Amino acid sequence: MSWFSKAASETQITHGSRLWLYVVAGLVMVFLVAPTIIVIPMSFSESQYLEFPPRTWSTRWYDHYFNSYEWMSATRTSVIAAFLTMVVATPLGVMAAYGLFVSSFRFAHLVFLLLISPMMVPVVLIAIGVFYVYAKLKLVHSMTGLVLAHSMLAIPLVLIVVSSALKSYDMNQEMVARSLGASRLRAFMVVTLPQIRFSVITAALLSFLTSFDEVIVALFISGGDNATLTRGMFITLRDQIDPTIASISTIMVLVSSSLLVLAQVFGQNKDGK
Amino acid sequence: MSVAESLQAPVGARAEEAPNAAGLKSDAVKERMQLLGLCSPALLLVAVTMVLPVIWLFYLSFLSDEGTFSLEHYQRLTASKAYARIFYTTFQVSVLTTLVCVAIGYPLAYFLAQLPRRAAALCMITVLLPFWTSLLVRTYAWLVLLQRKGLVNTWAIELGLWDEPIKIVHNLNGTLIGMVHIMLPFLVLPVYASMKAIDTDYVKAAANLGASPIQAFWKVFFPLSLPGLFAGALIVFVLCLGFFVTPAVLGGGRVIMVAMSITDTIELFFNWGAASALGVVLLVMTLGSLFAASKLLNLDRILGGGGGGH
Repeated sequence: MSWFSKAASETQITHGSRLWLYVVAGLVMVFLVAPTIIVIPMSFSESQYLEFPPRTWSTRWYDHYFNSYEWMSATRTSVIAAFLTMVVATPLGVMAAYGLFVSSFRFAHLVFLLLISPMMVPVVLIAIGVFYVYAKLKLVHSMTGLVLAHSMLAIPLVLIVVSSALKSYDMNQEMVARSLGASRLRAFMVVTLPQIRFSVITAALLSFLTSFDEVIVALFISGGDNATLTRGMFITLRDQIDPTIASISTIMVLVSSSLLVLAQVFGQNKDGK
Repeated sequence: MSVAESLQAPVGARAEEAPNAAGLKSDAVKERMQLLGLCSPALLLVAVTMVLPVIWLFYLSFLSDEGTFSLEHYQRLTASKAYARIFYTTFQVSVLTTLVCVAIGYPLAYFLAQLPRRAAALCMITVLLPFWTSLLVRTYAWLVLLQRKGLVNTWAIELGLWDEPIKIVHNLNGTLIGMVHIMLPFLVLPVYASMKAIDTDYVKAAANLGASPIQAFWKVFFPLSLPGLFAGALIVFVLCLGFFVTPAVLGGGRVIMVAMSITDTIELFFNWGAASALGVVLLVMTLGSLFAASKLLNLDRILGGGGGGH
C-alpha cells in the first residue's frame, strides 16, 4: 500500500485525497517565514536598491548602522528600556497572578480583567492618553515614563502565562511546606517558584520583547536622547526605503529568534512535571 | 479542595464547633486581603498609566474648544464624509483581513494539529518565528518585497504572470497582505490549541459508524473546532480595528484607518478633543466586539482565565 492510499487522520481520509491540504499548509508556512528570512541576505547587498540575490555583497549598511550616533543611541535606549521593563513587569505580574490565584476573593475576577485590559484597549488610545498625562507629569522623553508604560503593556502577558502555569500546579505542595513551618513567602520561593520557573522565564522574555518591539507608545512618549530604535525605524520607514533598516531588521530577527529558541528550550521542560 | 476552603476549614477543627471559630474566620479574611494586596502594585501601575489616561481622554472628548461641555466632536464625526470613509476603511480592512486569516489559517492549524509531535513542533516554528519578530521588521520586509522593483514584481514578470511592474504596495492590497501576515499567528495559535483539545475518539466513532471522511470532518470535527476559530477570528478582528503601524507604512497614506486618523489629529492638528472622540469610538467598537463575543462564547477560556479557586 503506497503512502497516498494510507489513512491520514481519524476520518480515514487518505493522504492522496488531501494532498491539497499539504500544499496549502506548505504555502502558508512559506508565506509566514519567507519575508522575514529574505531580508537577511538583502541586508548584505551593496546596492541602494535592496537586491535579491545581491549582485555584490557588502557590509555597507551595517557599517552605516554601527557608525551612526543616532542609531546607536536608539539601540541603547531600546535595550535598556526592554531590560528594565522585564525587571519591573515580571515580579509585578507574578505577584498579581499568585495573589489572584490563592485568594478566592469575590472581585478577583474583575481585578484580573482590569489587569489584562491593556491588551484589549487599542494601543493607539493608550499611547495618546499616556502622552497627555506624561505631558502634565513632565515624563515625556524620560526613561522612567517609557519603562512604566511598557511595563503596563507587558503585565497582561506575564499574568496570563503565569496564571496558566499556576493552574496546572498542585497548590497542596505549598500547603505541605507551610504546615511544616515555612512562611508563605518562603514556601512560595522554595516550593512553588522553582516549579513554575519556566513559565516565569517565558513571561520575562515576552515582557522584554513587548518593550523592545513596541512602536506606537514609544512614538509618542520617547524622544530626544531617549528615542527608541522602533521609533527611529518607523519614522524612517514612513518616508523612504532606507537599506540601513534591513541591517537593523536582520539584527532584530536574530534577537527575537534567539529569544524564541530560549523560550522553546525552557518550554521543553514543562512546568510542574 | 480549593485553597480558600482549606484555609477556612483546617483539618480536625470544624468551624462551627471550635471556640476560636470567629478568630479563625477573621484571620482567613485578613489573609485573603493580604494576598489580594499582592495585586496592588500591578493595579496601581495599570491605573496610573492606562485607566487614568483613558478616563481623561473620555473627558476631553466632551469638551468644546471653549472648554464647556459639548457633543461637537461627536457631531463632527457623524456629519463628516471624511470620517465615514475612515470608519468604512477600518471595517473593510478588518473584515477582509479576518476572512483571509480564517481561510488560510484554519487549514494550516488543521495540518499542524495532525502532525506527529516532533514534526508539529518543527512546523510550529514557522508560526512562532513571525509571532516573535517585530511587526515593524515584518512590515519593512513586505515594503521591500512589494515595491515597484521588488522581488514579487521581478519574479512575477520573469514567470510571465504579468508584463510590467504593478503597484502592490502603498495601497489597499499591500496593506491587506501585510495585515494578514501580521495577524495570522493570532488565528493559528488558538485554533491549533482548540483542535488539539478535541477528543479524536469522536472522529474515529464517526468513521466507524460509516461517515465518509468529508462527513466526519464537517459534521463532527469542524463544529468542535468552532469555539477556537471564533476566538481566533475575534482576536484578529479586534486587533485589526486599532491597528496602526502596517497600514501607516504599507498604505502609503491611501489607507487611512481610525488609529492613523487619531495620531494625525494629534500630530498635525493638536486637536485633543477630536482625537479623543475618535479614540472613544474606537474603544467602544473594540469593547463592543469583545462583549458581544463574550455573550456568544466563554471569553475566560480564550484569555487564559482569571484567579483560581472559584
